[in-house]
Amino acid sequence: MSAPVAAPRIYGLMAEFENPADLVRACRGAYEEGFRNMDAYTPFPVEAVWEALGVHKNRMPLIVLCGAVIGGCSGLLLEWWTAAVAYPLNIGGRPYFSLPAFIPITFEMTILFGVLSCVLGMLALNGLPMPYHPVFNVPRFALATRDRFFLCIEATDPKFDPDATRRFLERFAPRSVSEVEP
Amino acid sequence: MAETPTMEAQPGADRPPLIEPGHTFGSVTDHISSIVLTQPVSRGWLVGFAIAFSLTMMLFYSLGYLVLAGVGIWGENIPVGWAFDIINFVWWIGIGHAGTLISAILLLLRQEWRTSINRFAEAMTIFAVACAGIYPAMHVGRPWVDYWLFPYPNTMGVWPQFRSPLMWDVFAVSTYATTSILFWFIGLIPDLATLRDRSQNRFSRIVYGMLAMGWRGSARHWNRYETAYLLLAGLATPLVLSVHSVISFDFAIGIVPGWHSTIFPPYFVAGAIYAGFAMVLLIAIPLRWAYGLQDFITMRHLQNMCKVMMATGLIVFYGYIMEVFFGWYSGSTYEWYMTKNRAFGPYGFTYWALIFCNGLTPQIFWFSWARSSIACQFIVSIIVSIGMWLERFVIVVTSLHRDFVPSSWGMYYPTKWDWSTYIGTIGFFVTLIFLFIRVLPMISIFEMRTILPEAEVKEEHA
Repeated sequence: MSAPVAAPRIYGLMAEFENPADLVRACRGAYEEGFRNMDAYTPFPVEAVWEALGVHKNRMPLIVLCGAVIGGCSGLLLEWWTAAVAYPLNIGGRPYFSLPAFIPITFEMTILFGVLSCVLGMLALNGLPMPYHPVFNVPRFALATRDRFFLCIEATDPKFDPDATRRFLERFAPRSVSEVEP
Repeated sequence: MAETPTMEAQPGADRPPLIEPGHTFGSVTDHISSIVLTQPVSRGWLVGFAIAFSLTMMLFYSLGYLVLAGVGIWGENIPVGWAFDIINFVWWIGIGHAGTLISAILLLLRQEWRTSINRFAEAMTIFAVACAGIYPAMHVGRPWVDYWLFPYPNTMGVWPQFRSPLMWDVFAVSTYATTSILFWFIGLIPDLATLRDRSQNRFSRIVYGMLAMGWRGSARHWNRYETAYLLLAGLATPLVLSVHSVISFDFAIGIVPGWHSTIFPPYFVAGAIYAGFAMVLLIAIPLRWAYGLQDFITMRHLQNMCKVMMATGLIVFYGYIMEVFFGWYSGSTYEWYMTKNRAFGPYGFTYWALIFCNGLTPQIFWFSWARSSIACQFIVSIIVSIGMWLERFVIVVTSLHRDFVPSSWGMYYPTKWDWSTYIGTIGFFVTLIFLFIRVLPMISIFEMRTILPEAEVKEEHA
């Protein structure tokens, strides 16, 4: 009748916690157990959670530095090229390349490019906008933006096993453990 | 998070709390999001919106007539070639600065009390910048070629003149507008996700869902998000100081007596923050009353804002005193005449009104009963807003109307179009505020969760 159903592939197992401290304990335990492909979901930033997941540094400062330097250089180059090369004007006998008068725009361009690279860099590194993500298939996940804390161990983790991982997560006394459909 | 001392441990624990006790993650979320999602439109909102929207229509009518008839419908003419347009431009931009101060500088200084007020203060910034932008864009006379202000390769073969402070203004204000909008939007993303997950109807779920861009609160995302947010604050802090400095250069670079002064940048920045905090109070006091937000915007917030107003007010007052001193100490006939003319000339009453509004009125906040009285806070905020408007009037008009040669002296009187445009922008600003409080959470929900006691994670190294 129906085609033979393959073993149900899942995205991962998700445990729900009621407070951040329980989530941190679970994250730390899972990390020590050797799980790496996992993520925690919280309604507000909790530094201890990402520390427990082994996430420490990110590349945001470098991206912003590059953006700001590019912005500042391009601002100054624009002023030099237009005022001294393309369209030289004698304004009150000042030099064509009037560096002191060119500082404000150089500064503003530094900030503008720094801000744009910060916003776009953050969104790009986070993979946003993302129209679909499996975690939203868990009905209770809607509470992740209200007052609940989730840990999802993904099926791609080499140590993942549907039954053993579920038993492992239940050791941390979550409110529930649910399967995440892909 | 862990090293942040609890509220009880801080000195002065008798002060009103940042957030009234008894709230949980859920109650904070539900209360703030319900204003947008479930509360019906109140009669007060409708009446207020109708009045503000009528004034907005008056603004559009005035601007439409301005485009048809030309800048001549305004009262400004030689020698006062800059008047209401620049006064109102500086006034509005200044008001906006408090929003950036609250969202960026107070964040870097770890002032947790900013959390309840930063969202609507940032919204106020954006709306104030929108109102400010109208003036220079219209004052150029041919607003349909405003894009000539930007450097772009064109068939005329000309480029902007970058030694001019007015070009610096273009870059400063457009960078400021862009940064404010992005900072605000980035701060909104987690709350938009909350609205997406909590809204009951399909249409709002789709709209908030698209705006939230699939935010799911992942710890890895939060890690980058927090870094990005701090970096944005770090970029916005020097920016906000530079914007009003650049605006003060519009005056200070000129040689007109009363403008050519090195004190202008710090004095303008302090004045901007002063006016901005007055406007934040003018918005916060009715909002917390109308939407029952007394638990989140407590007396502590209002009192802190009064203290910031008093501090910046003292800087501004010091600026006024130094201006008089400079006028005398410069030894320049024109500077000293300008100083005397400012106080005792035909516009002298505006100067004394300014001293009363900005110099004397906020001194009442030395008394704690004044800082604790909402009526007093509200009245002082109105007086300070008027005072900061008068400050720009005094700087612009009294300097220009009598400069060097008596044969070029003249008087300036605003016309009804000046007033209708100015009052119209106030209506436009209030209209935007009214729309904002109905469609977006006016208090940052996710940041409110972080200051709840239950958000604390006790460090236990297992």
